[in-house]
Amino acid sequence: MQSLSGRKKNVVNKKMTIGEKLYLPAIIGGMFVTLKHFFGKSKTVKYPEVKRNFSENYRGLHVLKKDDTGAERCTACGLCALSCPAEAITMTAAERTKEDKGLYREEKYAAVYEINMLRCIFCGLCEEACPKQAIFLTSEEIAPANYDRGDFIFGKDKLVEKQHHPVGKIRGGGPYSKEHYHQHGKNKSIF
Amino acid sequence: MEQNVQEELWSVTIDGNEIKVKPGTTVLQAARMIGENVPPAMCYYSKLEGSGGKCRTCLVKVSQGSTKDPRPMPKLVASCRTTVMDGMVVQNTTSPEVKEARAGVVEFLLLNHPLDCPICDQAGECHLQDLGYEHGKQKTRYEFKRRTFERIDIGPYIQLHMTRCILCYRCVFTCDQITNERVHGILNRGDAAEISTYIEKAIDNDFSGNVIDVCPVGALTDKTFRFKSRVWFTKPVQASCNCGKCSGKVTLWYKGEEVIRVTARKDQWGEVESFICNTCRFERKKTSDWTIEGPTHVDNKSVISANHYELKYDQPVIPQKTSLHADHPSFKEDKKLLN
Ligand code: SF4
Ligand code: SF4
Ligand code: SF4
Ligand code: FES
Repeated sequence: MQSLSGRKKNVVNKKMTIGEKLYLPAIIGGMFVTLKHFFGKSKTVKYPEVKRNFSENYRGLHVLKKDDTGAERCTACGLCALSCPAEAITMTAAERTKEDKGLYREEKYAAVYEINMLRCIFCGLCEEACPKQAIFLTSEEIAPANYDRGDFIFGKDKLVEKQHHPVGKIRGGGPYSKEHYHQHGKNKSIF
Repeated sequence: MEQNVQEELWSVTIDGNEIKVKPGTTVLQAARMIGENVPPAMCYYSKLEGSGGKCRTCLVKVSQGSTKDPRPMPKLVASCRTTVMDGMVVQNTTSPEVKEARAGVVEFLLLNHPLDCPICDQAGECHLQDLGYEHGKQKTRYEFKRRTFERIDIGPYIQLHMTRCILCYRCVFTCDQITNERVHGILNRGDAAEISTYIEKAIDNDFSGNVIDVCPVGALTDKTFRFKSRVWFTKPVQASCNCGKCSGKVTLWYKGEEVIRVTARKDQWGEVESFICNTCRFERKKTSDWTIEGPTHVDNKSVISANHYELKYDQPVIPQKTSLHADHPSFKEDKKLLN
């Protein structure tokens, strides 16, 4: 059959020449490659002291955003949990009381919101599903290692952002990103 | 006279499917009998007398009035209010005109709608969502302020979000026909029309909870279910009980082990099979109150079917070998298959 990659080689049972039978030239050649790498620039970094730069659209740890007034955007609509292929998200909704008006954007909010980082595959579908632009996968952090399985269940204490950043700063907006859509799409957001 | 007992049947063609129906049948009913290309209905409810004719989502084109008078009807007609004629030819989704008109109707229905589906408890079983998804446009062209209302509690169990109402009158007909005394209706006219109980008087009737089921949108919702769960995280099962007041045939909506909501059973058109009483709906929320009949069939197009699995195929039957003797015919056959 014709090779699709064009790199197919047929195995032939040919006799080795005298030079090949000596082995020594091949060993010296191999040592030379090894030694070259001793003195070359190292390809690894000393994590966690040194960290690599993440690509702009890297999908790291989730963050639950607040809006410009500091109110939580998430309204516990459950669409992220529905879209999640790993079933990593759970939530419990509650009704906002009059005193909490500034804390939550809508009359319903997530009293409990948990993501199991052991289940999560960081696909970003939750971010895509969210109608309120509440959940984003940051490009700055990854889920840290831990000793206890229970510690991988991130609740609102870890997920809700402490300080508000405008949405556009979170991930570099490619042509298909929400930010790009809202800045350039010129459509009025109905929500 | 005797011969007239056998009724005359009229034939009507809807989107190329022909069916024979009794005179007096509406086009929508005939389409439902065919079961394909059924026009959507937001206000018509076959169990409520006089319903229909309000929302115009069921518009169809009549391209031939009847055999005797084959002229087309000049305008699109509401299929829930138009009765068939013999030899009538109707176009539903095959007519671009109908599609365009329906998109317009959806736009009108959404003019004042808050589109707060992420918050609304009806999301996932809302007919307006389905309609908008199937026939609506992507964007709104409306630029004015939408009318808004405060939420109103109608009695201890029912909540009215007037902002979401599409004024289909179904709940008004329900209160008129199912319950003995109507205490809620539509006040004012035109753009100012709203559903209200006079001075927010509670509906105090044993069957008042049915307005929740007939409401196609999230305007009338169950207060005992408010924000408990999104419907696609719940599991519906068919259950029944011996109720003196109603049929006792309901759907229980489970979250885990807990019954978080009781509704009437809905048929494939989203209409209740039989109305249920408030005791069944609001007070029997323990599994021990009910006899479970089995899981509710959920349409695979519905979001509620996410993560719900149904056994689709028959289990394969493994032939039983009666004898383990190597001469047994079934062994020989197995060998043949292996070779
Ligand atoms: S990134 Fe993907 S797997 Fe992780 S929580 Fe979101 S949807 Fe689920
Ligand atoms: S994060 Fe977004 S999608 Fe998830 S529940 Fe909150 S609002 Fe809905
Ligand atoms: S409250 Fe619901 S059932 Fe009543 S008119 Fe409004 S949309 Fe129709
Ligand atoms: S269903 Fe026919 S007009 Fe509403």
